Amino acid sequence: MWDRNQMAERAAQELEDGMYVNLGIGIPTLVANYVGDKDITLQSENGMLGMGPFPFEGEEDADLINAGKQTITELRRTSYFDSATSFGMIRGGKIAAAILGAMEVDEKGDLANWMIPGKLVKGMGGAMDLVAGVGRVIVVMDHTNKHGDSKLLKACTLPLTGQGVVDRIITNLGVLDVVPGGLKIVETADGVTEEGLRAATEATIV
Amino acid sequence: MKKIYPSAAAALDGLLHDGMFIAAGGFGLCGIPELLLDAIKEAGTKDLTFASNNAGVDDFGIGILLQTRQVKKMISSYVGENAEFMRQYLSGELELEFNPQGTLAERMRAGGCGIPGFYTKTGVGTVIAEGKEHKDFPTGKDGAPETYIMENGIFADLAIVKAWKADESGNLVFRKTARNFNPPAAMCGKTCVVEVEEIVPLGSLEPDNIHLPGIYVHRIIQGEHEKRIEQRTVREKA
Repeated sequence: MWDRNQMAERAAQELEDGMYVNLGIGIPTLVANYVGDKDITLQSENGMLGMGPFPFEGEEDADLINAGKQTITELRRTSYFDSATSFGMIRGGKIAAAILGAMEVDEKGDLANWMIPGKLVKGMGGAMDLVAGVGRVIVVMDHTNKHGDSKLLKACTLPLTGQGVVDRIITNLGVLDVVPGGLKIVETADGVTEEGLRAATEATIV
Repeated sequence: MKKIYPSAAAALDGLLHDGMFIAAGGFGLCGIPELLLDAIKEAGTKDLTFASNNAGVDDFGIGILLQTRQVKKMISSYVGENAEFMRQYLSGELELEFNPQGTLAERMRAGGCGIPGFYTKTGVGTVIAEGKEHKDFPTGKDGAPETYIMENGIFADLAIVKAWKADESGNLVFRKTARNFNPPAAMCGKTCVVEVEEIVPLGSLEPDNIHLPGIYVHRIIQGEHEKRIEQRTVREKA
């Protein structure tokens, strides 16, 4: 089994030199720690390319935040732009990949990550735009929920963020691709067998 | 020049009426028109509809107008940081229309450009698409059809935005990620009122570096901004 950092490290292997990438909150944010020498430019959808690390104490700037509203810093390559331009580059397919978390993914590549009926609804933010627009959608999430039920389903039960949008799923148990007919196992995590991965998965594995 | 006003109240004089539609700039608490929101609270204008990405927090941003029950409806992408908002929404006192963030930004930009509707893939197959026109375009691989939904441009009665600097003709410069929704919000307002940290003389902004031309800006005020930080995050010095 992989822990959060190992999942982030595995997700970082998806990124190639020269890519413009958007990272969601949670485990996806950790991916930035593992890009190594690769030349990756991070987009923050509130209007920035070339997102830098958190500032040192005393150097926070109220005018410089990421999409999670956290204070951040700029880099020598940084550019700023308005929200319409920011989502123009997302909708226009200029962002090579988005790595984001999910509540449910199904075997058709449908993704649910913004709303649980009956619970407090905070909004989808930019998630619907990202999954509909970027070149490749990579989901990073735990394979099962806290009750041990598979989060990789035959069909999502929660309201969708996007339909047929997911390309690859990285969980604590392994890596799966969305292919015609279901999910295909790409690799298993350390100490996880293919049988173990299948047993923990509700979605059809082809 | 005639665009400069002495205070937020003076700049809004004659522009406010109950039931009006206001587009506001800002993302979270970053780059929000805090002085103009204070003045709208003081004016007591009611039944407002706001197109704004967020709804502030309980005591800052649009949140202060929720405390005084001046807001009828919010058009937003994310409202999670505001307890009073949730209370009013769950009790049915407040209407809420969720828009995907990029759709909201483009609705403002489109309205400002005289475009009443546009097609987007965002939200296809989700609750956002329900009741909207669907249309296929040959944008897929080898001209394969892909489905889009139509979204409407926003035409607001008033835009309230925050910029870093304005010159006396209303040319604007924003600072870092405080630009966010401010330019598209400014564009979609029939009238646009801007608050800035500094008004500078004509000729002191580089014409090549204007972020929003003064044609979109009708009234300007200068003032002191609190610029509150919502999530202060820092790293340790090595």
